[in-house]
Amino acid sequence: MAKNIRFIICFSLALLASCGSPDATRVESGNRDGVLHFGNGTEPQGLDPHIVTGVPEHHIISAIFEGLVTKNPETLEPEPGVAQSWDISEDGRIYTFHLRENAKWSNGETVTAEDFRWSWERALNPALGSLYNYMFFPIVNAEAYANGDLEDFSQVGVKVLDEFTLEVSLNEPTPFILQLFDHYSTFPVHPETVLTYGAPSDRFSQWSREGNIVTNGPFVLTEWQVNSHIRVEKSPLYWDADRVKLNAIVYYPTENIVTEERMFRDGQLHFTNDVPLDKIPVYKAEQPELITIAPYLGTYYYLINTNRAPFDDVRVRKALSMAIDRELLAETVMEGIVLPAYALVPPGTLGYQPPATFSYDLEEARELLAEAGYPNGEGFPEVEILYNTQESHRKIAVAIQQMWTQALGISSTPMNKEWKVYLDATDNGNYDISRRGWIGDYVDPNTFLDMMITDGGNNKTGFSDTRYDEIILREAPKKLDQEERFALYREAETILMEQMPIIPVYTYVSKHLIVPSLRGLPANIMDYYNWKYVYLDPAH
Amino acid sequence: MWRFIGFRTLQSIPVILAVITVTFFLVRAAPGGPFSNEKAVSPQVQAALEAQYRLDQPPMQQYVSYLVDLVSGDMGPSFYYPGRRVDELILQGLPITAELGLYALIIAVLIGTVSGIFAALRPNTLQDYVPMSIAMVGICMPSFLLGPTLVLVFGIWLDWLPVSGWGAGPGDKILPSITLGAMYAAYIARLSRSGMLEVMTQDYLRTARAKGLPEHIVILKHALRGGLLPVVSYLGPAFAALLSGSFVVETIFQIPGLGRFYIQAAFNRDYTMILGTTVFLSTLIVVFNLLSDIIAAWLNPRLRYQFRK
Repeated sequence: MAKNIRFIICFSLALLASCGSPDATRVESGNRDGVLHFGNGTEPQGLDPHIVTGVPEHHIISAIFEGLVTKNPETLEPEPGVAQSWDISEDGRIYTFHLRENAKWSNGETVTAEDFRWSWERALNPALGSLYNYMFFPIVNAEAYANGDLEDFSQVGVKVLDEFTLEVSLNEPTPFILQLFDHYSTFPVHPETVLTYGAPSDRFSQWSREGNIVTNGPFVLTEWQVNSHIRVEKSPLYWDADRVKLNAIVYYPTENIVTEERMFRDGQLHFTNDVPLDKIPVYKAEQPELITIAPYLGTYYYLINTNRAPFDDVRVRKALSMAIDRELLAETVMEGIVLPAYALVPPGTLGYQPPATFSYDLEEARELLAEAGYPNGEGFPEVEILYNTQESHRKIAVAIQQMWTQALGISSTPMNKEWKVYLDATDNGNYDISRRGWIGDYVDPNTFLDMMITDGGNNKTGFSDTRYDEIILREAPKKLDQEERFALYREAETILMEQMPIIPVYTYVSKHLIVPSLRGLPANIMDYYNWKYVYLDPAH
Repeated sequence: MWRFIGFRTLQSIPVILAVITVTFFLVRAAPGGPFSNEKAVSPQVQAALEAQYRLDQPPMQQYVSYLVDLVSGDMGPSFYYPGRRVDELILQGLPITAELGLYALIIAVLIGTVSGIFAALRPNTLQDYVPMSIAMVGICMPSFLLGPTLVLVFGIWLDWLPVSGWGAGPGDKILPSITLGAMYAAYIARLSRSGMLEVMTQDYLRTARAKGLPEHIVILKHALRGGLLPVVSYLGPAFAALLSGSFVVETIFQIPGLGRFYIQAAFNRDYTMILGTTVFLSTLIVVFNLLSDIIAAWLNPRLRYQFRK
């Protein structure tokens, strides 16, 4: 009997071991075959460039589509994409793009200027409801067309001059416009394919599914299993195919970052979308070569509801902001990886340096609060710090709660709400103080500062300043000279920080685990990857 | 017997209709809509989206057209995944979740009944205490603790099994099935122990022993049939619960099953997806309850007789 049991145990253990991991991990076989296994965060909502809005979607769409321009991954400067060159008129308002004649769709057809015009008409079609349609708004009449005030698309500033020439007219010089033409919301789609599967404005169309989709990028979609993986393979028809080194990329939805880290350790991923905060010290100490942490174009901040007393008093808002020890917060709660923020725009955005208007100053914070009528916090009402349910948000809220209690003698309650409930509360102004984060759409201070214009959709604080609006909406877009423009932005940001409707907390970082064999993904402020530069070098 | 089945089937229709109605109006009452976004949505875009998803119609009209579509087998387009239909997504996830649930159930039944019977044969001895204590720990141990522990031991330290995935090799199905099955194994162990204990004192077993039957025949042929009744009636609901409750295991092991859709749909306020998965799973639960009632009736004639009258 005992012998039998021993046999059964041995047999099952042998079975267990034999059916386990194959000899080579996915990373090893990927290195050999030029296949990148990429942790991509969440399952993409879809692959229609004019409908989706997320970063995981962007990672895939930028591999299978290409816009007029692309970006250099080192410098983030615009590089030729479908357009091989462009001319800019002297006043900076007219861009003429010369498309390359060898840019092909994956069905062999040539990409033409008309494809772009048609795609942009679709993206701006009011019935489609594209969330990113505002990316086109610097173009003449684009906003009116998108809002349904203008029905004739020929009045929008997009003109096809000939098969390979596209002219774009802008309201203002808009110096960052080339970056918008590298944003997926301005990518071309194949008109016949879209029309085969439904009306241009049909959100339920199946044209972007595997087997149906026609694309123009360095890779083509070959496999899409929802919640499992998406595979793209090198496109032989891509105009710059010689430069493309990877044979395929497999994207995995990895919304559980703890599992993602285990997959990385198990050799299933070359690259992780994120790193769990508590793993960072471990990797830093034991395997620093595997972890990459870089500044990211995003700011973590608190919104203050300026319509509610006592936050309608600027002295109270400033006191709250000055009493936060951001250095300590960054060092302890955030494991020393983030940078403390004292303004809305991250420092170094295209060379822009935000103004330094305040610092951590307990003396002044107490004085301001006393001036506002709350010496030592006496009589100050209970404050609610609203955040969406997540452990790191909770830690920060608790730390700030303690800082306010100790420094100012005011009591506050961190209050978590499920994501959509939190959005609902913030949108309706149903909060005292609410956590917020903003990731720039493009590298320019404007992508942060234009949020805070009067009644801006992302303002939510009740902040309104005529001079601020004047600079953001009218003066800065007209300036061709970068220095002059940045001086205006500094003026605007100074106004913003003097009024303090938001409390900046820290500047985001991107964090990834990357195997040494994966090359050509230099860290940059947009966390942007240009897939044709990426390669796998098993020698590393 | 047919009368019994017919009666129970009819009973389930109002249940499912009630589930649809309550879910339909509850999801719409929840704060935040499917299109609320961190990025501000302009009123024009919001209106266009609501028009495409029929949200601009009055709720009663939406409800009626949803029911009409549902009867014709159309669960509508997903709000969160444009270009995908709810029935398509459910059908894609179901086979995977069902396979996972089946393995988990097999593991649960094998381990559960064997250790339960084993324990019941010598109650209040070590042979009883050891498996029952383990079962108690198993019931209390949440899968989000058991799963990562198993992964750590067998996936990372011993490197025998993959840490995640589904269907890439036979090995990747083992850990999720054990993780999911463990809790149910523990429950079944307790059920079969108490079932067996009750049966062992019955007169007909004394008769069997008095006839001089060997003990293993008494247990396998006479005691099991009655003793495992509670387990059988638990199996239907258990399988339904395995299908709807695999979310945690699917997330830990990155399995593309139904459970992830079910939970994510709620977070995304994907109205059609929430309704689709809820209707689908509640129908499954009703059907499996029905099946286990039928099997129980077949095993236990006393239940059947109630309907003969």
